[in-house]
Amino acid sequence: MSLTPMAELRPTLSLGARLVAGLGALLAIGGVVLALAAFAYGRTAAREAFDRLLVGAANDIASAISIREGQVVVDLPASAFQLLALAPEDRVAYRVSGPGGKLLTGYEDLPDPPSRGGGPAFYDAAFLGEPARYIVVSRRFAERSFSGRVEVVVGQTLRARNDLARDITGKALVVLAIGGLAMLLLALLIVRGALGPLDRLAARLEARDPQDLTPLDGRVPREVLPMVQGINGFMGRLDRQFGTMRRLISDTAHQLRNPVAALRAQADLARDEPDPERQRLLVARIHARTVGLGHLLDQMLSRAMVVHRGDSARRAVLDLRDIALAAVEAGDPQLIAEGASVALEIEEDPVPVRGDELSLTEAAKNLLSNALKHGQAPVRVGVSQQGREARLWVEDAGPGPSAEVRARLGERFVAGAAQGGGSGSGLGLSIAGAVAEAFGGRLEMTGGEGAPFRMALVLEVAE
Amino acid sequence: MRTLPKGGQRHRRGVPGRGVALLVGALLTGATVLFGLMPGAARAEPEAIREFGEGAQIVLRTTTDIGAMAPAVERFLATRPDLSVRYEQWGSNDLFALTAEECAAGTPGAHLVISSAVHHLVKLVNDRCAAPWVSGPAAALPDALVWRNEIWGITREPAVIVYNRALVPASEVPRSRFDLLDLLRPERTPYAGKVATYDIEASGLGFLFAFMDSQEASTFGALMEAFARTGAVATCCSAEIIRGVQEGRYLMAYNVLGSYAQTRAAEDPLLGIVAPSDYTLVLSRAAILPGPVADPRAGALLDFLLSAEGQLALARERLIGLDPDAEEEAGRQVPIGLGLPLLLAMDPAKVAQFTSRWRDAFGPGRP
Repeated sequence: MSLTPMAELRPTLSLGARLVAGLGALLAIGGVVLALAAFAYGRTAAREAFDRLLVGAANDIASAISIREGQVVVDLPASAFQLLALAPEDRVAYRVSGPGGKLLTGYEDLPDPPSRGGGPAFYDAAFLGEPARYIVVSRRFAERSFSGRVEVVVGQTLRARNDLARDITGKALVVLAIGGLAMLLLALLIVRGALGPLDRLAARLEARDPQDLTPLDGRVPREVLPMVQGINGFMGRLDRQFGTMRRLISDTAHQLRNPVAALRAQADLARDEPDPERQRLLVARIHARTVGLGHLLDQMLSRAMVVHRGDSARRAVLDLRDIALAAVEAGDPQLIAEGASVALEIEEDPVPVRGDELSLTEAAKNLLSNALKHGQAPVRVGVSQQGREARLWVEDAGPGPSAEVRARLGERFVAGAAQGGGSGSGLGLSIAGAVAEAFGGRLEMTGGEGAPFRMALVLEVAE
Repeated sequence: MRTLPKGGQRHRRGVPGRGVALLVGALLTGATVLFGLMPGAARAEPEAIREFGEGAQIVLRTTTDIGAMAPAVERFLATRPDLSVRYEQWGSNDLFALTAEECAAGTPGAHLVISSAVHHLVKLVNDRCAAPWVSGPAAALPDALVWRNEIWGITREPAVIVYNRALVPASEVPRSRFDLLDLLRPERTPYAGKVATYDIEASGLGFLFAFMDSQEASTFGALMEAFARTGAVATCCSAEIIRGVQEGRYLMAYNVLGSYAQTRAAEDPLLGIVAPSDYTLVLSRAAILPGPVADPRAGALLDFLLSAEGQLALARERLIGLDPDAEEEAGRQVPIGLGLPLLLAMDPAKVAQFTSRWRDAFGPGRP
């Protein structure tokens, strides 16, 4: 298995790590946003809770204001201070002032509310150098002896508010952290689950016997399907090439055993022959057999080449007429020299097919050579197109092979077996058949029994 | 009152007159402004001063008699020979006025202030005149005796009724405020003009006790009425009141600080003490560390006073707890918690109303 060397495969960040990093970043960003939200919520909640306290205290004080003999009397209720003491660590500022801002009781130098509307209003300001929250409420009196507005300002420092806000935020953050961790854990499980099929695929590939080139089957996720199909196609090609190689070796052994044995026997005879005349005869026979053997080897290599190319060569659009012409021109010098004549019949329009030029030419040459060798003159070569089918045919005047041979034609070494060695011409048809198969076509045999015998390579017309 | 010098008596005599001026001032302008005006009139002096030890000086200003706290201070200096203590004994109102004035000026003159008029110190804390101090002994105090880590209650002293055993028959000894009311009810009661209590205008502690009474129960109104009707005596200072009872000028005294009474009772078997059974106010003298930043040496003194050893020294001087021997009957104890609610006792309007009610009751019969 000579695959691409490992050195050139550089692993990048794993899919799992990418997913976990992405999800982690997502959770982190979400966590920051939620933490800010929790912080804002904590502040708001604490502010509202303690603002109510301020309202209660201010109203308590306001309701304790009365008019006695034309004078405003402020009898501060203890309940107001007990209410404010619910924020146990905070200092309290208060002021009750009559019309014209006249101080009735409390702290004189408190910051004034930003606007003096009728209703209660909150505002933030300092109390003796410490930030505080104030409320202002006013109460209007319309008595015979006194008419006017009395204003109550109550303020409180922010310690309890900040503590509560911190507490709420802290608790929210704890829940958030637990939730975030749980989500991260779940995300890990999900990532592992999602990448599971890939791991199982990798494990199956790894566990495979190196000789096992059968396609992978079973269920795979859609995203991975093209990859698995690619692997399967690759393995299929590899398998076919292995097969070709095996067959070549097996054919070679099969085809060469007998001729080589015969050669050896004749060489033995020739060595021991005392009569020079007979020895010369034997040597001539040995020569003839060697030539045949060479031819056989040529054909076998050619077939292996054709089968290999059928799998690996690029397919181009070709004109089938060019193929026929090339086959005729190349010819079989030996046979042509024996005085055989070949007629070429092609049409004017191009006949486009998809295939490998070299393989197709080889197939055509083999058909022609077969006809010249086994058929009867005249031999004709032609190209025709009928509908979607393109044909390259070779015709001779003979009756064609016997029915028995016909039935077995196209198999790998029919001719060789039938003739018991020798030229091995049956291999030629086998090559043509293999080529036809490689480019999605077939080998067709018609005629004989009176009509001219014709063999045709049938291919689909290319667009 | 071993250490009470002449200055203290002079000061006490001066108090009632200034009390009126104080009150008028409070009505017009509010306490804060008033205390700012004080030094222009007559600068207050400490009642007594004593120096303890030699070394870096801690200025301690307190309303506590020097004798009561001297053992604790001496024990502290025994553990810290590098320090010395300048002990200044003050009247509670003067101490508050001085501390508030120094706070406003940003020049704290004392490192540690301890006062029985705890509402004064709560007000100072609310006015941001006290520095925070966090330590083990301070953190061990119950919540009611700490506020903001700026004020701490260092003693436990009940407000009691004292009486003269020779002059008050055992059957007539009041166990509660209701008994006291019953004693004062008859038309020609022998107790008329013979019951004494603090003058709340002169004594911060007296004001605090009376004010807490008014917050605690409705008996206080009836008691004021009875005091007014029978011509009870409002006067100054624990020592003077107790001496009056001992000498027979008064038959009994109401709302006397238990620590002083117990000290005297230990020497004088004629002095009887009752912790009212309806409720007994328990005062924790409060301490603050004046200034924006606490003085660590004063903090160490505070820590010592709050530590087991310091508390033991204070307890020996009867500043802590009700002594089971001296106490004839224990009632429900109502501690005066240190916190915001005491601020009410410092509200100028509230103070003016309360004192005016008080003066209405005691006004004609005042000595």
